Amino acid sequence: MSATSALDEVPAAAPQGAVIRAAGLTKRYGKTLALDHASFEVQPGRIVGLIGPNGAGKTTALKAILGLTDFEGELSVLGLDPRRQRPALMQQVCFIADVATLPRWITVNEAIDFVAGVHPRFDRGKCQRFLSRTKLQPEQKVRQMSKGMIVQLHLAIVMAIDARLLVLDEPTLGLDILYRKQFYQSLLEDYFDENKTILVTTHQVEEIEHILTDLMFIRDGKVVLATDMDALGDRFAEVMVNADRVEAARALKPLDERQVFGKSIFLFDGVPRAQLEDLGEVRRPSVADLFVATMKGTYA
Amino acid sequence: MSANSLTTFGWLVKREYWESRGGFFWAQFWAAAAILILIVLGIVVGEVFRVRAGLDWSLNSTIDHFSPSDTANMGGVPGFGVALFAGIAGVVLTFVVFFYLLGALYDDRRDRSVLFWKSLPLSDIGTVLSKVCAAILVAPLIAIVVVLAAFVAAQIILSLWLLAHGINPFGLLWAHSEPYSIWFHMLVMIGVNAIWALPTVGWLLFWSAAARSKPFLWAIIVPVIAGVLNFFIALIGLPHIRYEFYWGDIAGRLLLSIVPGSWISPDARNFTPHFGNPGHVGVIDFPAMGHALMLPQMWIGAAVGVVLIAAAIWFRRWRDET
Repeated sequence: MSATSALDEVPAAAPQGAVIRAAGLTKRYGKTLALDHASFEVQPGRIVGLIGPNGAGKTTALKAILGLTDFEGELSVLGLDPRRQRPALMQQVCFIADVATLPRWITVNEAIDFVAGVHPRFDRGKCQRFLSRTKLQPEQKVRQMSKGMIVQLHLAIVMAIDARLLVLDEPTLGLDILYRKQFYQSLLEDYFDENKTILVTTHQVEEIEHILTDLMFIRDGKVVLATDMDALGDRFAEVMVNADRVEAARALKPLDERQVFGKSIFLFDGVPRAQLEDLGEVRRPSVADLFVATMKGTYA
Repeated sequence: MSANSLTTFGWLVKREYWESRGGFFWAQFWAAAAILILIVLGIVVGEVFRVRAGLDWSLNSTIDHFSPSDTANMGGVPGFGVALFAGIAGVVLTFVVFFYLLGALYDDRRDRSVLFWKSLPLSDIGTVLSKVCAAILVAPLIAIVVVLAAFVAAQIILSLWLLAHGINPFGLLWAHSEPYSIWFHMLVMIGVNAIWALPTVGWLLFWSAAARSKPFLWAIIVPVIAGVLNFFIALIGLPHIRYEFYWGDIAGRLLLSIVPGSWISPDARNFTPHFGNPGHVGVIDFPAMGHALMLPQMWIGAAVGVVLIAAAIWFRRWRDET
């Protein structure tokens, strides 16, 4: 098998620099541009949230990174070309595409046996330890599991793989809050370290905001904002302004304005902090508010 | 091929078996079990009627009156048993493999579990070839093992029956009966069947990988519509493909080559030197297989099958809809 022989040539040491490097990434589906010359970089040891409205190109971008689709432009993932070196790439990259993509006929044991058989970086003992914290039974079939249990199994498998990049596309969609919290908590406590990188898309921004180190907003196939969370607090600010200062605030060209309890809340990009403190109480904006402001008019 | 990729391929084939053991094994098991149950019921009913009628008939005396030719003919009973079990297994195998191939690259796209398989370091070449291997080697091998087990079970049942009547079953059923080389012939036949089956394997896998939905419909409807078009072209007097050739060597080969032994030609007796002799394995002897392996249809079909399988691999790699 020519494709698997490439496995033996995986570079052992990490190529220095970015885990993902995309330049002019473009993908057309017929006449629609799913990705429109998107350029971005993802550095090692980060947890990056890729956030965008429906149809903005999030999933297409992930599919390009995972070598699941063809594209124009340049893209290198861990120094490999996802189009041509997919099997080698998948030794270092894991993904959970969305909930419940495990085959329904497989049992817990079969899934573990199979992954242990084909994945050189899978640690069976680790996987068993993760599973022992769940109610999953070795002979249980996926079709007998709830959505939350399927994710537990998938996560146990993925976390037992010593990969350098983990891609999560809406991994907790349709799960209840207990499973969602547990999902991200396990990732942080048992998986993530400075040698790993996680790229995650989700609509439940509030829930992952506190674990992200970096943020990328994608809109109409373009990356419109890429920042780390520290810089985000420096650059963006939310100010609660009394009615008498509203005009002064508007003069500073806010990104967004909304009303709460008779006060106006303005969102500013790159306005010096001293100037804003003059107007009222300054806060760090939530990712959700920033998102809504950035994406204004998307569906209009 | 490194040892590593061989192990991976082994796991891929094992996965196919896990997913399809219902068809590959249990369907064969229950088909054979049904025949065995019928044999037992037949014996029981026969005995009940015999006792009820108070017939003073014994199997023993019947056999005592056998002429040497009768005894020789009894040797055909096990042969008939093999043919019965193998025939039923062949029918089951055909249906199972047909639908297995149609679903092999489609079912996991439909339920999106393809994304799980694609999250592992597996090549699409290996994945598709493991499905080819499961269809033309694993499934028939399992079928032969089940047929062998069922045949032995049937022989044991009949032997017990004979023993109950005080007859030594060894002379009648086990000794001068069928050439046991038939099992070896069946094993070798898997190879001939496999090459012959390639166009159908490729055609079904191709639609399984390429169709956005309903691969069954595409696989059937394309050759049928082409055949109907050919008919109308012929009707208005334009150059067309001869009907027998189209349905036999094109459409038939794309859809039905997975029928075990469908390469056996009607005039097989012409090149099986011992055809019809008692104790001969019949139309699947080595001269017949050798003849089949020299047919141009065998190798042209195989080449078409290989091209279709390559196309299926391409679609498996690049089909992008999830």
